[in-house]
Amino acid sequence: MSQYTAVTDADLAEMLSAIGVSSVQELFDRQIPADVRLSRPLDLPAGLPEQEVYAHLRELAANNVSAEDEITFLGAGMYDHYVPAVIDMLLGRSEFLTPYTPYQPEVSQGNLQAMFEYQTAISELTGLPVSNASVYEGPSAVASAGYLARLANGKPKFVVSRGLHPHSRETLQTYAHGFGAEIVEVPLKDGVTDPDAWAAAIDGETGAVFFQQPNFLGAVEDAAALASAAKDAAGGDSVVVVGQYDPIPLGILKPPGECGVDVCVGEGQTLGNRLDFGGPSFGFFAATEAYLRRMPGRIAGETVDADGRRGFVLTLQTREQHIRREKATSNICTAQALNALAGVVYLTWLGKQGLVDLGELLLQRTHYAREQLAGVAGVSALHDQPVVREFAVTLDVGGVDGVASVIRRCQDAGVNPGYALGRDYDELGTGLLVALTEQRSKADIDQLVAVLGAAVAAERSAAGVTA
Amino acid sequence: MTTFNDNRLHADPGIDGHHPHHDVPISSEGATPMQRDRATTIFEKGAAGRRAFVAPKLDVPEADGGELLPAALRRAAPARLPEVSEPELVRHYVKLSRRNFDLDTGFYPLGSCTMKHNPRLHERVAAMAGHSRLHPLQSPERSQGALELMYNLERALGEVSGLPHVSLQPSAGSHGELAGVLLTRAFHEDRGQTRTKVLTPDTAHGTNPATVTMAGFEVVKVGTNPDGGVDLDDLRAKADEDVACLMLTNPNTLGVFDPNITEIAKIVHDVGATLYYDGANLNAIMGKARPGDMGFDIVHFNLHKSFTQPHGGGGPGSGPIAVSDRMKPYLMNPRIVRRDDGSFDLDDHGYEKSIGRLRGFQGNYGCFVRSYAYICSLGAEGLTDASETAVLNANYLLAKLREHGVADRLPLAFGELCMHEFVLSGAPMKKDLGIKTLDLAKRLLDHGYHPPTVYFPLLVDEALLVEPTETETRETLDGFAEAIAKILTEAGEDPQIAQNAPYTTPVRRLDEAAAAKKPVLRQPL
Repeated sequence: MSQYTAVTDADLAEMLSAIGVSSVQELFDRQIPADVRLSRPLDLPAGLPEQEVYAHLRELAANNVSAEDEITFLGAGMYDHYVPAVIDMLLGRSEFLTPYTPYQPEVSQGNLQAMFEYQTAISELTGLPVSNASVYEGPSAVASAGYLARLANGKPKFVVSRGLHPHSRETLQTYAHGFGAEIVEVPLKDGVTDPDAWAAAIDGETGAVFFQQPNFLGAVEDAAALASAAKDAAGGDSVVVVGQYDPIPLGILKPPGECGVDVCVGEGQTLGNRLDFGGPSFGFFAATEAYLRRMPGRIAGETVDADGRRGFVLTLQTREQHIRREKATSNICTAQALNALAGVVYLTWLGKQGLVDLGELLLQRTHYAREQLAGVAGVSALHDQPVVREFAVTLDVGGVDGVASVIRRCQDAGVNPGYALGRDYDELGTGLLVALTEQRSKADIDQLVAVLGAAVAAERSAAGVTA
Repeated sequence: MTTFNDNRLHADPGIDGHHPHHDVPISSEGATPMQRDRATTIFEKGAAGRRAFVAPKLDVPEADGGELLPAALRRAAPARLPEVSEPELVRHYVKLSRRNFDLDTGFYPLGSCTMKHNPRLHERVAAMAGHSRLHPLQSPERSQGALELMYNLERALGEVSGLPHVSLQPSAGSHGELAGVLLTRAFHEDRGQTRTKVLTPDTAHGTNPATVTMAGFEVVKVGTNPDGGVDLDDLRAKADEDVACLMLTNPNTLGVFDPNITEIAKIVHDVGATLYYDGANLNAIMGKARPGDMGFDIVHFNLHKSFTQPHGGGGPGSGPIAVSDRMKPYLMNPRIVRRDDGSFDLDDHGYEKSIGRLRGFQGNYGCFVRSYAYICSLGAEGLTDASETAVLNANYLLAKLREHGVADRLPLAFGELCMHEFVLSGAPMKKDLGIKTLDLAKRLLDHGYHPPTVYFPLLVDEALLVEPTETETRETLDGFAEAIAKILTEAGEDPQIAQNAPYTTPVRRLDEAAAAKKPVLRQPL
């Protein structure tokens, strides 16, 4: 018996007698052949009482430098937004935390209605008519959009902007190698997808095109131009235009549904989910009506009960693996219901005006931070495109190692200045990606400017770079 | 009319807080307050101008917003999100939550889902800022605690599965399956082989065949023998040089541990294919048997099942995989490594022939924290106790159902004993009493129980897949067996009661056909 089981000696005697066996081991001996039974205890440490597990996990937590311990400008796909207290309270409720997927709708109305509300919020945000109830997270959502395109038009080529998150590009590549599609990358020019290379790469064999908004370097792309160029170059509407969007700037950015985007996906972490070292968060997946029956994952729909009262169910399930099996639109089963709930609660908490206010605030602060940093000796803006929450600079410190060293110097001074682009872009080895959230005030930005300025100066002096 | 032993049913009414039978309504006359409370979405509440969020003040010199972001790139009208105050928000979602059935409130024997207790310690430790506010791109030197936790979890999962090389990256079981089949593809390609087919038993979870197609293979079904295991003759006939992999669950979805597993592994390996273990049913065998020892090459874990990550109404999950030596070079990058000085690092190129990434960052770390805490709490002995008790509880529940005479109407589909779950067939019940498995399930709701999995596995007519888990008490199992018996007795008297059930739930039986016919998938505004 452990702290989570309840079979006393008296229970055990009665239970074995009811079953008609003499021991628990007999249940295993009679069903598992001897040659595959484990005849020794598992080689794991002994169990610990709750307070000791707590202490151990606390010790591990203390060996991490979290966003609580430094002023962080790290982004690159996940962002340190404030998570309101109502989310902790609601997600901690047993009724939301502990049920399974709503297979019995009569006792899952809370969950199903929350999915319906979430779908409404994502539809509003993206300007696309249909949303599913969540997929795993951002990059695999991009790859799932690729699978949708593969099933929809069967064409073997995907054209991908290098402004798409490196993890999305890698994940798409992993999936596409399985289901059979070739990937052609289009370079960036002046910080955005090179329009000429984009149009030149797309042809009649192109099944889907992928870009990110804002792109990985923080630049706002001309999404409408990318979408229409794709349709023109592909010679028709069958090419699926996929945009990976950051939902926060959608308070002020033109929605993908108004730009000709067919499938909008993205990382939902910024909507009320913690950083959690990368997950769990959720991926959102919205599309035009044309792709409704090819969407992956759960979708909640409205209906009525036997007494004519409004209710909600999982619907269009003939797309899904448990019904369609090898012909399903995706293999996804468990998704991210709790994280998507955080998403709709967060959007409700922000509200109609709040999302706009947040977007405008980030726009102003991001602009300010870029201006200030560009004024630092040895630092220059990597591009001049509009930026709304993140931007890229170049550090004149002699290369990738110099950037790494500058980041370390800044972190030693309590500021995490951002993400070194050289990890993913050979051509941007001296790049640094700097992200803002509403938690980074002007005072924090000013501190970044001072600390980064000092670090760059120190690095240049150590490396003998002359101003 | 029925042969059920009714004497026991009234012996101890109200066990464990469940309704004694005579209190369970048999009609819907007089709706409950919750039923009368018509569902209204958050988009139908509130009023223009209300808000819960107060934006930080603009503290930088204001620039012309139109210049920073030209009108052509801007949204013309705000997204029509709700406009509510914080109290309205809280009341709405708390009331909504009350329209859910949940594991903390009642028994949830959903087969193949392992609805075991979720210790609240896990929520507490996962919420610590050092874990929850750790950025995934924090440098390895400054995320040593997280990397150590992941390293330790990998080792523990390797030991439980008997397969030493672990990647925590996949986001759920189905994602782990995709990883496994893509690994298989890479394995064969590396040997210059093009194999086109993957075998799955007809009892498989739907995710298996769906995964096979996604990974670019053709599904070939393998039959089931009269004992509920793989039909060896059929397997031999279909296992050829075109076969890349056999995906198997063991114990399988029928609750049967396949006694021929060593022979199955030999057949598969002899044609050069890999053997994949769907870990959905791992809760039956922890500390008792290991997939690696059975000859499996790849296994996925469902941390949200065997390792008690709360299911959240449909996620998050987490689906790490463990593999044998020969599959190791193809695992997903980045790889967590331990340096000679004892420090930990993330290596982007740790596996030389990696299939690549399957998602962003390092996986669902928040789930790792919880499952790691669980393993720390239970240790080797506790994990073994979990599986032993899960199997004991399942067999006890089966015995109690037999005691009540339920077996005549709901016979065990295969075998005499079971592992951690069992499949009953409702076919005789449907024939003799006129109620379907669906009716039984809906009537169970009125008794305060979440029904078992219904109509899966597909192989069994009117299937009912029951998995009680190890964390339920004997009293709860007794109460559930009595409720089933009572529903069958009641159906013998009046099948309409079950046919029209439920009566007490927030809504009654819902029209799923109408929902699919004319989909309404968002609130019209």
